[in-house]
Amino acid sequence: MSELNIAMVEKYRNSFLHEVEANVEEGDWVKMCMQCGVCSGSCPLGSHWEHSPQKLFMMIRAGKREEVLSSDSMWMCTSCYNCVVRCPREVPITHIMHGLASYAKRLGLVPKGQQTAKFAQHFWDNLVKKGRVNELKLGLNLYFMNGFAEGVKTSLKMKDIGLGMLKTKRMSPMEIFGGHKVKDLDGFQAMVKKAQEIETARIEKNMNA
Amino acid sequence: MADEKKVGAYICSGCGIGDRLNMKQLEMTATRDGKAKVCKTHDFLCSKAGVQMIQDDIDNDGVNQLAIAACSRRAKVEAFNFSDVSQTRINLREGVIWARPEGDEHTETTQEMADDYVRMGCHEVKAMTVPTGSDEQPLVKSVLVVGGGITGLTAAVESFKTGYSVTLVEKSGALGGMAGDLYKRVPTRAPYAEPEETGVAELIEAVNAADGISVHLNTTVTKTAGAPGRFEIDLSTESGSTETTTVGAIVQASGMKAYDANQLPEFAYGKNADVVTNVELEALAKAANGGSMKRPSDGKEIKSVTFIQCAGQRSEKEGHLSYCSGFCCNTSIKQAMYFKESNPNADTTILFTDLRTPGAGGEDFYRSGQKKGILFSKGEVSEVVPSAEGLEVKFNDLILGEETSMQADLVVLATGQVPNSGPDPYAAVPTKEEKEAAEASNTVEISVESILNLDYRQGTDLPHLSNGFTDSHFICFPYETRRTGIYSAGPVRRPMDTLQAQDDAMGAALKAIQSAENAGQGRAAHPRSGDLSYPLFRKEGCTQCKRCTVECPFGAINEDERGFPQFNESRCRRCGTCMGACPVRVISFDNYSVDTVGNQIKNVDIPDEFDEKPRILVLACENDAYPALDMGAKNGYHYSQWARVIPVRCLGSVNTVWLTDALSEGYDGVVLMGCQKGDDYQCHFVKGSEMATMRMSKIADTLQQLNLEEERVSTYEVAITDIQRAPQLINDMADTIEKIGMSPFKF
Repeated sequence: MSELNIAMVEKYRNSFLHEVEANVEEGDWVKMCMQCGVCSGSCPLGSHWEHSPQKLFMMIRAGKREEVLSSDSMWMCTSCYNCVVRCPREVPITHIMHGLASYAKRLGLVPKGQQTAKFAQHFWDNLVKKGRVNELKLGLNLYFMNGFAEGVKTSLKMKDIGLGMLKTKRMSPMEIFGGHKVKDLDGFQAMVKKAQEIETARIEKNMNA
Repeated sequence: MADEKKVGAYICSGCGIGDRLNMKQLEMTATRDGKAKVCKTHDFLCSKAGVQMIQDDIDNDGVNQLAIAACSRRAKVEAFNFSDVSQTRINLREGVIWARPEGDEHTETTQEMADDYVRMGCHEVKAMTVPTGSDEQPLVKSVLVVGGGITGLTAAVESFKTGYSVTLVEKSGALGGMAGDLYKRVPTRAPYAEPEETGVAELIEAVNAADGISVHLNTTVTKTAGAPGRFEIDLSTESGSTETTTVGAIVQASGMKAYDANQLPEFAYGKNADVVTNVELEALAKAANGGSMKRPSDGKEIKSVTFIQCAGQRSEKEGHLSYCSGFCCNTSIKQAMYFKESNPNADTTILFTDLRTPGAGGEDFYRSGQKKGILFSKGEVSEVVPSAEGLEVKFNDLILGEETSMQADLVVLATGQVPNSGPDPYAAVPTKEEKEAAEASNTVEISVESILNLDYRQGTDLPHLSNGFTDSHFICFPYETRRTGIYSAGPVRRPMDTLQAQDDAMGAALKAIQSAENAGQGRAAHPRSGDLSYPLFRKEGCTQCKRCTVECPFGAINEDERGFPQFNESRCRRCGTCMGACPVRVISFDNYSVDTVGNQIKNVDIPDEFDEKPRILVLACENDAYPALDMGAKNGYHYSQWARVIPVRCLGSVNTVWLTDALSEGYDGVVLMGCQKGDDYQCHFVKGSEMATMRMSKIADTLQQLNLEEERVSTYEVAITDIQRAPQLINDMADTIEKIGMSPFKF
């Protein structure tokens, strides 16, 4: 268990809801859920989740901290925004899902080997490096995420699509050498760093308050 | 000249009637068979010129009985509105040409239909006289309001504002009632975010300031005699003195009783002082007056509170209320806010199974509660038990599907409303066995005190609809009760909150005033609003059988000491159920009687057996079935050419003599169409269609005596929306007749 996690458990002993409200993006909205279940019914992947959004919200209110933060449900969200569009209470459910995922990651509670979490890390690292997503590298990263043998297998399976993309100039092989980037890369990276600092400071403040 | 009856038949050829029917022949039928002294055709009868033509004949030619053959009686009511003459409408448009398909093969039978209707109309109107209105009661501009709670206070103030004087009776020693005991109430205005003042104090002030409102505290109504426009009320005080006052109409706002939570031992009510009802919590809040509330058991500050919704409600368990009281969800939100007001960190949890926040601002109020941090959990509570910290509430979390529990300093039970109504006049009388069983089990019979003490033939109080509420059919007649001139308002009528009760009070006050005004003019109240006819009674023929006094759905008829009926005209709704009930046919109305319908039945031409032209008599309730047939015809749903439809005020007014006459004269089938009966009745006269069905169930004997098949008479419940089904029912009868053959009674 991470130090931060232990501290947070200590801090919000009585109310996980308050912890979520203070530390999770849009967590303030969790209390506004009226348990109608429209989100769960609207989620195209709903049947694959262990906990539907409705249940996650109820678990937050019921103080089931471990279960919520170590759940892989919020990692399964594909950001289709169906739930947000349909929620009669206009709760930003998608944002909360990502907020919960991000908070769980910060606390070190992500289930081991969670595939979306892994890919999300690759995506983030890829993006922050140049300020642009390097699709060639991201694709290769994804294929080889779970080992060399699987990577080769997936690459062969996808080779026709890859060649097609090369032919139509949708993907450049030159990307493998560095790749394109934003105009002011230093500025971009400073901005991301500052944002991370602010967020960490906020959460640390919550922890120590 | 005015005394001499002179029938004028006026036939319209507009709207396609002239194209489909032989107008010359209709005229001949009217003059030769219908004995109309005057008969005129017009190609646009409802036009100014057409109406003027009729008016001229009334003024100059002494015509005083009008048979207007045009569209349905439901159309052009304003145009064909003549005073001081009898009038009937012959339905050639909806009832004939629209009810039948076009085409040469139908021309003959369609014409026969029209001829029959013209004949029927001319003879019907002959049996009519012009109603003059009851002059039994004067206009009395005063209202009695029973109950001094928020409903009664509002009814009193609103009645007074219209210029009526009010007698306000309250059983207890103070005005205000249960709403007066509230700390605050659910908001009634935008932004619907915070509880607001109840406003009861201002109402009491307004009542006390109004010189036209006389307040009687510690007083009950010990006798209510008379009828709208002449109610004689005995008001008795606790000390025993009685005074009598006369009022025009009555509003009963006797309110509610709190549900007895002692029936909820599973929630530790009565066993633990820290379990209270939502009514009792108001007293705690009032005592705290904005400060922090203290636990009843030990005076400790309440830091966590759990509300249990639907406590003893929406449940079929013995001693529970089966219905939703409608106010408790909002009330619990409001009461949770009381705790948040003094301590925003107080834990307030509402355990619900279905949260319902009715009213314009209900949803906003719910949201406001959520924003304040009130926790809403969907859970079904099984038990409340004492714990080290206070109370443990065990519940089944319905979202997570698990048994769980929570701790609370205080538990509030959201209990429901029990109507404070008097005994039901139509309550089932317990059988001898039931009585003995009750005695054997030593159950204490709780006698319900009468509230109005009506001096009526049928019981002392307003009839109940269900669960003891004195409601009527709430969609069709939201304010009506089953006693004319007496309107119930507030939670005695149905469960409601204070805002709804005030709205209800205004509605009831206006209905009461309308009723008093109608009585003063000798007119009927709802639903035959404005009808001047009333039941006339030929005492010489009466056999004192009491059927009319028993069957009147409105308890309008009393009995004198010798058992003769005493009609109270302004209590009467003019449905004619008494007329249908009377076995010796001594009850009639000026414009609606055994003869007006009997004449129509007799004047249908019955072709002999070998013509193979059956005749089907359709008696259709004018409120729903007749309009359904009209609208069906308008929409192209045809019905059998053998049908002859006669509208009746209510199926309850159908006297069995009409059926026996019809069957013995050679009709092949009879179809009766009334409204839905039973608990969810839609009968505009409550019991009319039920009475009719009961009578018709006994018609089998008559049919047997006549040696006729039972299928020849059928009774149906028809709603106004049954525009396809109603014509189909007639066609079904035509099919039946084809199967079983023609009646042998054709001469």
